[in-house]
Amino acid sequence: MAHKTTISKDLAAKKLQVVRHFDAPVEKVWKAWTERELLDKWWAPKPWRAETKTMDFQAGGLWLYAMVGPDGSRMFCRVDLIAVSPRQHFTARSVFSDEQGNIDPSAPVMNWMVKFESAGAGVTIVTEITFDTEADMKKIVEMGFEGGYTMGLGNLEELLAGQ
Amino acid sequence: MRRDVFQAVADPTRRAILGLLALGAMTPNAIAEHFDSARQTVSKHIQILTECGAVQPQKTGREIYYHVNPDKMKEIDLWLENFRKLWEGRFDQLDEVLKNL
Repeated sequence: MAHKTTISKDLAAKKLQVVRHFDAPVEKVWKAWTERELLDKWWAPKPWRAETKTMDFQAGGLWLYAMVGPDGSRMFCRVDLIAVSPRQHFTARSVFSDEQGNIDPSAPVMNWMVKFESAGAGVTIVTEITFDTEADMKKIVEMGFEGGYTMGLGNLEELLAGQ
Repeated sequence: MRRDVFQAVADPTRRAILGLLALGAMTPNAIAEHFDSARQTVSKHIQILTECGAVQPQKTGREIYYHVNPDKMKEIDLWLENFRKLWEGRFDQLDEVLKNL
């Protein structure tokens, strides 16, 4: 049984928070977040898949990956790691880019603070996403609608396969 | 200038106006009485809220009453729901990865 994903919003602070518990030791959860071949297995919502191009998971490092669509289309995203404290937390800035990691200055930026909090035998992941501007939040919101729609289709496929 | 529901809730005065109108429709005068700001400032916020579709004016006799537009406000909840699904799906996949580690 999967644990509940709790979302809370603070629109005034341009902040969203995602909280989720995992029944695995922090070492494993940290590994799944920071090793490219593991991240690629879970990061993308179905039917998309994540494909990491480069990853250097340390402060000042870069994670450049693509979201690959079912039609083979690629949407690249660069994540600049700002602070990394293994098995405790990391902060990063995430923005859509081209394949080389070049960004459009008008692209919306998401700031992440991901905390790994030991809870019993498992870990609670607290992800805080903040936006620099209201316009950035709005753009992500629009993409979120698309993302949600894509997700819905993925779930439908699974449902049909189970019939 | 883009007008949408996110712009409507971006300002503290506008959020307060929405909070007031959630309790019942009001005239611009009645709304302004709740704020220390100049009438003009409050009017400007009401205008923005109207342009965003967050509130709707309705003429009753000689007075104009402003109502909250609940359908518009639901857009935020809808988006949040999609955002939740994205993370839920992602984290369910992470569960699978962790099981096999």
